[in-house]
Amino acid sequence: MIALLLILTPFATGLLSFVMTKGNFAKNFSLLASIAIAVLAILALNEPVAPTFDVAWLNNLGSRFTLKMDGMSKMLCLLTAVSFPLIFTAVYKNEYKNPASFFGLMLLTQAGLMGVFLAADALLFYFFWEFALIPVYFLCSIWGGEKRIQVTFKFFIYTFLGSLLMLAGILYLYFHTANHSFAIQSFYQISLSGKEQAFIFWLFFIAFAIKMPIFPFHTWQPDAYEQSPTATTMVLSGIMVKMGLFAVLRWLLPIFPLATVQFSNIIILFSVIGMIYASLIAIRQDDIKRLIAYSSIAHIGLMSAAIFSGNKTGLEGVMIQMFNHGINVIGLWIIADLIEQQLGTRKMSEMGGLAQKAPTMAVLFVLMAFANVALPLTNAFVGEFLMFSGLFRVNLVIAAVAGLSIILAAVYTLNMVQKVLYGEVSTTVSNAVEISFNAKLALILIAFAIIALGVFPQPMIDLTKDSVVGLIIKK
Amino acid sequence: MNAIIFSAIMGVVMMFSGIFTQKKSAITLTAIIALLVLLGANICETYGCFSIDVNTHNLLHFTKFGLYFNTILIAATLIFVLLSGSSIEKAGVYVADYYALIFFVLCGTSVLTAYNGLLMLFIGIEIMTIPLYILTGSDKKNLKSNEAALKYFLMGSFSTGILLMGIALVYGATGSFGITSITSIAPTSAGALPISFLQVAGYILLFVSMCFKVSAAPFHFWTPDVYDGAPSVFTAFMSTIVKAAGFFAFLNLFEANATILGPTWKILITFVIIATLLVGNITAVFQQSVKRMLAYSSIAQAGFMLFALFSNNDLAKEGVLLYAVAYSIATIGFFAVLVKVKDHTFDGFNGLAKAHPVLAFSATIFLMSLAGIPLTAGFFAKYYMLAAVVKSGGSFWIVLVALGFAAISVYYYFKVIQAMYFKQGEPEVTSATVGYKIALVLVALLVILIGILPSIVLNWFYF
Repeated sequence: MIALLLILTPFATGLLSFVMTKGNFAKNFSLLASIAIAVLAILALNEPVAPTFDVAWLNNLGSRFTLKMDGMSKMLCLLTAVSFPLIFTAVYKNEYKNPASFFGLMLLTQAGLMGVFLAADALLFYFFWEFALIPVYFLCSIWGGEKRIQVTFKFFIYTFLGSLLMLAGILYLYFHTANHSFAIQSFYQISLSGKEQAFIFWLFFIAFAIKMPIFPFHTWQPDAYEQSPTATTMVLSGIMVKMGLFAVLRWLLPIFPLATVQFSNIIILFSVIGMIYASLIAIRQDDIKRLIAYSSIAHIGLMSAAIFSGNKTGLEGVMIQMFNHGINVIGLWIIADLIEQQLGTRKMSEMGGLAQKAPTMAVLFVLMAFANVALPLTNAFVGEFLMFSGLFRVNLVIAAVAGLSIILAAVYTLNMVQKVLYGEVSTTVSNAVEISFNAKLALILIAFAIIALGVFPQPMIDLTKDSVVGLIIKK
Repeated sequence: MNAIIFSAIMGVVMMFSGIFTQKKSAITLTAIIALLVLLGANICETYGCFSIDVNTHNLLHFTKFGLYFNTILIAATLIFVLLSGSSIEKAGVYVADYYALIFFVLCGTSVLTAYNGLLMLFIGIEIMTIPLYILTGSDKKNLKSNEAALKYFLMGSFSTGILLMGIALVYGATGSFGITSITSIAPTSAGALPISFLQVAGYILLFVSMCFKVSAAPFHFWTPDVYDGAPSVFTAFMSTIVKAAGFFAFLNLFEANATILGPTWKILITFVIIATLLVGNITAVFQQSVKRMLAYSSIAQAGFMLFALFSNNDLAKEGVLLYAVAYSIATIGFFAVLVKVKDHTFDGFNGLAKAHPVLAFSATIFLMSLAGIPLTAGFFAKYYMLAAVVKSGGSFWIVLVALGFAAISVYYYFKVIQAMYFKQGEPEVTSATVGYKIALVLVALLVILIGILPSIVLNWFYF
């Protein structure tokens, strides 16, 4: 039941928000709703066994409305649930035209995301996969930057094409299930020949790879992140990319064990190429949003490589890093948004000396930056360390090359910190003031999570233990 | 038999209703009542509570599938009249005649959903298309409408000629007009009666002429001009109800007889499907006018419906039902919005969401359904078609091709959504009444409802 509530609450409140005439009221209402959802997600953590929900839906198709909440789902639902209050708090002071629709669409996106993480039925999963996309399409196209329409359209068509390929794959698998059912358990029991697996594997993987995105399917991402309203960018990069990673773990690895072994080297190779490539581009960026976008590609590349390393350490690393990266990157976007709101520009070359004007923000910014570099005692360190050690067991050379990305990350992140915060106070910065209370609150909460999970990551590892063990057994 | 008789009578009634009243809304109301009666009569026959039986000597054969399909067509017409009745009243002077013609078209579709012989197929197609030639040219003072009517008439009679030639050849080969009796002549063992050359040639001609009627490539050239030139209300009617009836006839004709063409059949139908999808989708991308884009997209949708012929199994039958419903409702709904917008280019839709949120919202739902976005009826329509192909085994690649084209279709359908929601503009819209808006939203909700529970359409079939 709690699993259903996690989807239904954002869905219902999102629809309600649409019909509200007072923008301010809709904003407050959405914030309260998102907090209530966060509380629900925390309550769900305490459920001893995996909560499920099952009701008949499309009987003659063999599809049921089945939700299941194992450790991995719990963690990603928690990420989704805590992200939205943070985002809403951080952008509380921002002015949006037609706020009722804006917050309504945001909550609908949340409902879609929750559905993706909870669905235990392939058709239902596909529905939520698309359902999460539609509101984002409208959010980016209406509230985005100058080139928003073309950029969002590219993003939409790209991901839609990917999901259609996945649909073809789902159809193929459906007719190979013993009892003609879309249930995840039936899908797990399909035994396909190596040749079939090799073919269908790619139909699924391309869909997920576009969503993550990993090299060479990443071309939509920097533009989309740059042009979207920052609140939506937070959702896109903090949570939505996790859909791709999650889908690989939930649907791809268990169904195609042979193909996974066969292709893991290629995928690790591409992931690592993407990491280095994106890091190098990030160094050359002058626009803060684009820099964070490319840095995000690099981080996702590492997670994807670690997934296909296929050992317990690597998978554990991916699990906690999915959560940590979500939190950290949202923190970075909040900072980027604050800077843009205050200075009216995103170009780092025009900034400098912000630390003198806004010391609190500077401290928090530096902390987020450290987390982005995965310095020890930040949460990202734990995840990246586990992932690298997982990767080392597969191939030493690949892991060493991937390790370069840590150095590169330090280069571009610290360079950004230096250009924005220190040096002479530039003309654009001269009028800057300290950040407002709501932004401070959101950032401090994130900072707290960064340190707490960096020092004491065990609860997160325990939470997803059942999923990791499940994946290892199925191999 | 109910639907054939009642629709013919209602057509005559509508024709004379123009004498008794000059009030156009009264005529529309009469038409709605007549449609309800027709719908009731047809449903009664489907579930066997009341039917008029005439001995047709096996020329007509009323199956549950056919009757149910006819119910869908009549219900779609009802929705069409409810939504666009006011636009029909404005289409020209002779409103009563237009309704009469619509009922005669329905008489033709009722024959087509029940025919059991090639002769009845021919008669059904003629009854259905001749009123359409008139409806296409109903905007008498508009040159484009006249051009469209003439083109439609010429091309239509040309394809009917091919149809007749095909029928003649088949008759010459088998000595019968029956479509089921032909199959019995088809050889079961190698030594038995060989399929004659005449019969194969006849069936290929039938195939070509049916492709004409459902506007499948490479026989689609009449479609864009006719759909673009005809008054928009009647385009909505032609591209949905008539087309769906044509598909039913096509499916019925080749369901049992595809074997006559042997392995060539798969090559033939595959070629036509891919050509139709290619021409429809690629050309639609480059259109400047929304109405013309819809004409090409209707070709593309025909390509999807042809999958039912390709796979030819139970799932495909359900798929045709669902496709007819989903495609008809969404197209009728979208045309109802299109008629209200004065400028039919993409730019004419700029800023519609701000000026008329209800129209824009409904139009978005219809477009999403046409594009096959999940949670709308269009998704399950496409899903069933493709599932049927996968189920029939082999040819998985054609599913991937079709999905590629579906992704392209998103491009041109969403261009309209972009114009409505993301661009600034002052769209010129003729007045929309509250009743019309409510009807529009209800139809949009129906699209979503079918998208969540397609069984509400399909269960009636098994009821």
